[in-house]
Amino acid sequence: MENDVQLVACTVDNEEYAIDIRSVQEIIRLLDITRVPHASPYISGVINLRGMVIPVMNLRKRFGLPDQKPDETARIIIINCNGSMVGILVDSVSEVIRIPRQNIEHTPSCSSNVNTEFFSGIGKLGSRLLIMLNLDNIFEIRTDHQGF
Amino acid sequence: MDMTQYLNMFLEESREHLQKLNEALLDLEGSPDNKSVLDEIFRSAHTLKGMSATMGFSQIAELTHDMENVLHKLRNEEIKTTPGILDLLFKCVDALDSMVSDIASGGSGSLSIDDLLAELKTGNPGSFPATPDSGSAVGTTGEENSEDGDESVIITTIEFNEYEKNLIKQAIDQGFQCYHLVVNIDPRCIMKSARAFMVFKNMEEIGEIIKSIPPVQDIEEEKFENSFDLVVVSREPTEVIRKGLVTITEVTEPEIKLITGVFKPLNELPVDKKEVPATGDPVKPTVDAKAEESHPVQHQTISRAKINQTVRVDAARLDNLMNLVGELVINKTRLEQIGRSLQVPELAETMEQMDRITSDLQNVVMKVRMVPIENVFSRFPRMVRDLARDLGKEIDLIIEGKETELDRTVIDEIGDPLVHLLRNSIDHGIEEPAVRVNAGKKERGTVILAARHEGNNVVIEVQDDGRGLDIERIKIKAIEKGLVLPEEAEEIDEHSILRLILMPGLSTAEKVTDLSGRGVGLDAVKNKIESLSGSLHIESAPGTGTKFKIQLPLTLAIIQALLVLIEREIYAIPLSFIAETTSVLPQQINRIQEQEVILIRGDVLPLVRLNEVLQVPPSGIPREEEINIVVVRKGEKRIGLIVDTLIGQQEIVIKPLGKILGGIPVIAGATILGNGQVSLIIDVASLF
Repeated sequence: MENDVQLVACTVDNEEYAIDIRSVQEIIRLLDITRVPHASPYISGVINLRGMVIPVMNLRKRFGLPDQKPDETARIIIINCNGSMVGILVDSVSEVIRIPRQNIEHTPSCSSNVNTEFFSGIGKLGSRLLIMLNLDNIFEIRTDHQGF
Repeated sequence: MDMTQYLNMFLEESREHLQKLNEALLDLEGSPDNKSVLDEIFRSAHTLKGMSATMGFSQIAELTHDMENVLHKLRNEEIKTTPGILDLLFKCVDALDSMVSDIASGGSGSLSIDDLLAELKTGNPGSFPATPDSGSAVGTTGEENSEDGDESVIITTIEFNEYEKNLIKQAIDQGFQCYHLVVNIDPRCIMKSARAFMVFKNMEEIGEIIKSIPPVQDIEEEKFENSFDLVVVSREPTEVIRKGLVTITEVTEPEIKLITGVFKPLNELPVDKKEVPATGDPVKPTVDAKAEESHPVQHQTISRAKINQTVRVDAARLDNLMNLVGELVINKTRLEQIGRSLQVPELAETMEQMDRITSDLQNVVMKVRMVPIENVFSRFPRMVRDLARDLGKEIDLIIEGKETELDRTVIDEIGDPLVHLLRNSIDHGIEEPAVRVNAGKKERGTVILAARHEGNNVVIEVQDDGRGLDIERIKIKAIEKGLVLPEEAEEIDEHSILRLILMPGLSTAEKVTDLSGRGVGLDAVKNKIESLSGSLHIESAPGTGTKFKIQLPLTLAIIQALLVLIEREIYAIPLSFIAETTSVLPQQINRIQEQEVILIRGDVLPLVRLNEVLQVPPSGIPREEEINIVVVRKGEKRIGLIVDTLIGQQEIVIKPLGKILGGIPVIAGATILGNGQVSLIIDVASLF
């Protein structure tokens, strides 16, 4: 048990990804998102989570994947990122799974069409392959706001 | 015992005492013969010593101890209050300050203080015994005294000197009870001094400690067995005193005796309680001298007992409370909306009540968060003194309205801008004494720092009676730096020229000191104040001085705002920036070199289309024919913001956008509307 890792599995553009459950605050259905002008294109906007204003990042855009209007299955995963909350918009959240630590490979040699700096490894569960997300790198946005 | 839980209390109280020391030393500098100031300094130093010794910060204790010795000599007039001595004491306070800061940042409070200690010792000739040789002379002579017979013997084994007798007499006369407590501490207790410290603290909350045996110093240094004696005067009954003691862990059942007719032996105590012989002190001279020495302790404990009924609260909890009230305000607005659409009279009535209670609650919470500006001002007298000395100037700092209250959020931010302005006044404003005399002014310059409320704003002024701003020099500099064209410079009015010194890169100082003159100061000040939704005005007259006037809102957490609709998006514009709203027909808009403008009462008003600035996607909603314009101002400037619809005025709670969205231009923050939707607040200052 000690050696198991609990992961939240989610999908983006038919690819399965996983996030360490310890950084997940909660998972919510899609809320009204308020657009923020001049924000980075990866940021969809901000939501009201019980009185807190939380930015939401669209993972599809972050990964450079084709944009798609969120449907019924879309979810926002609220991540506690060093004390501040950030939501990430995914196509769907499938389940919480537990896999042994040794089943995680830390050399990302996957053949995904997405920039590998966003990944921290691959989790194997039977025949399923889950791409582990590197949240720190995903949230690292160079702030080159265009002035005007 | 784990001392970390006391660390925060220690740090806070230390800082308070350091502040007091600074202030009192400044007072002493002004009036070297003032004994009461000296007493105050002594008390603060002594308390610091006690606290730090209890907490195990031996260097602070050592330094304060040596300071005390010097202070003692000053008080006994063995040495004179010279500038040298004062400087030395100031240096000590600085060293103490660094040590406390070190502790605050997790260090051990160690600092090389050998030099200071040596100086204190040399400035302190004639060896004063490091510690009074225990309290034996005072504390344990009771039995001998009882043999002595009637006069000074009292119920207990305690002996009082004249001073103490007087105190007790006065206390009893005023209806206080005087108790003799024998405090017993569990022999297994590891840190007896910490327990004793808590005993002192508790007793000072309910009364005044007028004597302790052995003396406080010894108790702090744990030079006692398992019990010590206290004499306490209080209005509280015995039971309260007992509770104050037994609630401390490891303090066992105390002995409490009432002291009535103080200086008569028990058996001679008749009904007359107040008969107190004023003279005829039988105490032997040697003992008396000893008692004299413990005076500082008494002074200290007595004055400390005047405790305000206050509670220290963690600032984070206040923020939390404020957030909750913010939530309440948001939900109240939401309820009001529902109420209006349902049109139920009972609901409307209840909503009115709710509205009243919520706004009362909001006012109360705001008041709780209010902090007197004294918290910021208090560090300036010392700073001004040091600066003036360094620059060879003579300056009086006059502080007015330090009790003016401001929201904590503003207090935290306003310190640095004020430091800048004060430095400016001292460095550039006030002339050298010789120059002043030549100009027919007083040799000493005056800097006035004043705060006051004006409506919903707080005004802070920094005024000096120095040389004033040199309009011509500013012009020349501005032209040099390319801020204005030479031909423009001739035309602009004086006021606009003054405002030029707020531009980045402009400094009129002829010599650059390490204080100011590098041209980074005033524009930083201006930006900071504007980021606090405030404004900065300058008035100056050559030869008579300069005045900087800062205007700030009382709070930054809840503001009044105008909600506007742009396509489908709702934005909030802080009311404090809004001059007026108006509407024009499209054909009234003119163009001057690509800039859209309208004429409003004869003045040209540049226009900004918010939908373009905010990159709002077109919604295809047909526009009204009239164009709504919100006229906003910053300082003297005005611009018109074009919006689609004015929704109305509303109280909004400002929420930060979060780290990942930090530094977004045009947006100052977010708020949550009655319907739960997030709306963005426009950073009006950035549009100019």
